Amino acid sequence: MTERNVISVCVNNGIGVLGRVTGLFSRRGYNIISLNVAETENLGISRMTIVAEGDEGVMEQLVKQLRKLYDVSEVKVLRDAVCREHIIMKVGNGPASRQPVIEIANLFRAKVVNVAESRLMLELTGEPEKIDSFIGLLQPYGVKELVRTGISALERD
Amino acid sequence: MRNLTGADIICECLIEQGVDTVFGYPGGAVLNIYDSLYNYSDKIHHVLTAHEQGASHAADGYARSTGKTGVVIATSGPGATNLVTGIATAYMDSVPMVAITGNVACSLLGLDSFQEVDITGITMPITKHNFIVKDVNKLADTLREAFYIAGSGRKGPVLVDVPKDITAQKAEFVNKPLKPYTVNVTMHQDDCIAKAAELIKSAERPFLYTGGGIYGDDGAKTLKAFAELIDAPVSSSLMGQGSFDETDSRYMGMLGMHGTKTAAEAIKNCDLFIAVGTRFSDRVIGNPKTFAPDAKVLHIDIDPAEINKNIKVYHQVIGDSTDVMKKLIKIIPQQSHTDWIGRIKAWEKQYECRQKGTEELTLTPQHLIETLDKLTNGEALIATEVGQSQMWAAQYYAYKHPHQLITSGGLGTMGYGLGAAIGAKCGNPDKTVVNVAGDGSFHMNLNELVTLSKHNIPVVELVINNNVLGMVRQWQRLFYGKRFSQTTLDRPTDYMKLGEAFGIKSFVIDSEDKCEEILREALEVSKTAPVLIEARIDKDINVLPMVPAGKSITEPILEIEIDD
Ligand SMILES: Cc1ncc(C[n+]2csc(CCOP(=O)(O)OP(=O)(O)O)c2C)c(N)n1
Ligand SMILES: [Mg+2]
Repeated sequence: MTERNVISVCVNNGIGVLGRVTGLFSRRGYNIISLNVAETENLGISRMTIVAEGDEGVMEQLVKQLRKLYDVSEVKVLRDAVCREHIIMKVGNGPASRQPVIEIANLFRAKVVNVAESRLMLELTGEPEKIDSFIGLLQPYGVKELVRTGISALERD
Repeated sequence: MRNLTGADIICECLIEQGVDTVFGYPGGAVLNIYDSLYNYSDKIHHVLTAHEQGASHAADGYARSTGKTGVVIATSGPGATNLVTGIATAYMDSVPMVAITGNVACSLLGLDSFQEVDITGITMPITKHNFIVKDVNKLADTLREAFYIAGSGRKGPVLVDVPKDITAQKAEFVNKPLKPYTVNVTMHQDDCIAKAAELIKSAERPFLYTGGGIYGDDGAKTLKAFAELIDAPVSSSLMGQGSFDETDSRYMGMLGMHGTKTAAEAIKNCDLFIAVGTRFSDRVIGNPKTFAPDAKVLHIDIDPAEINKNIKVYHQVIGDSTDVMKKLIKIIPQQSHTDWIGRIKAWEKQYECRQKGTEELTLTPQHLIETLDKLTNGEALIATEVGQSQMWAAQYYAYKHPHQLITSGGLGTMGYGLGAAIGAKCGNPDKTVVNVAGDGSFHMNLNELVTLSKHNIPVVELVINNNVLGMVRQWQRLFYGKRFSQTTLDRPTDYMKLGEAFGIKSFVIDSEDKCEEILREALEVSKTAPVLIEARIDKDINVLPMVPAGKSITEPILEIEIDD
């Protein structure tokens, strides 16, 4: 069965490493839903959180192929993890939409980070499902532009 | 501690790694390296080829035939891109190779400078890993790491790109002890071995299948002992030819698209399929759904990513295959499968399969290769190009040693063989080295004939001339209604004159009755000088048996009608 999986990958923090990882995905035909990468507590190491789609066989291959990359030091498919995503979006279609948008934002504890004449800029961090429903509820008020970071995640101890 | 230029550091590192032969071609970005090679010429023998592709295949052939890591050097830009086919060929067949390329100076990188290419970008998917060195202080350790990666675990090519200014700058150099190669993966546990042993003990009809992951005398001896202990018939992939002595009565012939009918019958009827040091290439398994339908699959390999990739396995043991077999030998008592072996013998009799030439007395490739086998006592190193000639070389020469057949199995690279033969001969000056080439493949890289004559590398270049791209023609005959589009070569090449032009003694064989005599004479000459032989055969001799791509491996075609 095709499923979405969250994979945590520790890689050397160097030039071209991202290309090696994404190159592996594209040439073997694995589908990346989102990818997020930044430095970790250890300056030499970056952590990637990759959401990928595939059945059990594909995931087994994907993990093993990633482990073969020289720059990859750890690969884990996360089962019990804290997953978060951050979004920044512009919403609104005129002054009348402002109040209802603020109401929804408050319900989700999103922050208003910029106010323009006809729309607001909002920011929210949360589980990906929460982000999805946030966007869904705001849809009627005109979602103009948005950016999502993709999931970052850490396994629970 | 010595203060050396980057170029000298490269030479020192090569010596430290035990390299005494390199293949390559000079150019602007590697001027410093070649200047240094000039000084080190008493320790490092550099073989100049006609083309960088030839050099890359030579490094590959050298590596396959010696077990050492092959080294190739090329300049930036076109020099580097000319290595690409050779690197990909080595990658597909897990051959340890270090390619050193020059690049433009660091300050010119990324500016589309003259002869600049992003060779690390280009070779990313066809190397185990690659490096670009932008700090001369890191050069030595990077090269050491490159050799370590190439030779560890599942072997493969590594490229090190060195900008020109780095080869001129100086750094302190101290020799370091060699980092021993490792398996590089989490190894199997003892209970995993025990479970494998149980499977083997409970099997009634085991099938032992081996690949290119068996190396050297130790590997071959261990495999033989293992096969005898578990009393199984043996078959190999193309890459595994010779890992099990093919003159041994246990041997069923090759498995796969052009494997034997006996091996196919055995696959259909076995209850345990033991794959050792091999991946399940699509050319071997045919349709995965009908592969070994009644068998459990036990897979022993060094690369965990090969497990369950193309064939779902019942049990696996990760590790060096020879090592694992040694452990299994210790805990498995002698097995006996007399009935099963008897059935195999019966199939062998029943399905003897060979196609004769369509005209009487014409030379058949089968006869040619068998004669070659006889005259070389089955001990020559056989390189091949790709096509029908490659398959005949695999089918009709009885290999006795792992990697005695040097062939591009994974990538199927026409133009591979001559370069590979050059490398093999450089690494094994005392052995007879023959490149079995098709006429199409021969024309791809025949420029390397001049490398043979210039350096007096006594290789036998045996061209099986059917005047067609035979393997493609065979497919056109079977699947494209005999529409022989662009595969009828009928080229006017005069092989005798061509050979002489390059300074190589040349021979023609055009009938079965003169085959042995001429071949013997050519082999005699080849003791001291390279030779070129044109062996003329019929256009329409097909490679049989044949399993069409994606079809069941158990049902090979045994006959092809030629009615035109
Ligand atoms: C570089 C390259 N180009 C194309 C092919 C496709 N191909 C596979 S076999 C073959 C025919 C080879 O002809 P020849 O060398 O004459 O050998 P024959 O099959 O006739 O023995 C071709 C074109 C290939 N394997 N490699
Ligand atoms: Mg031909």
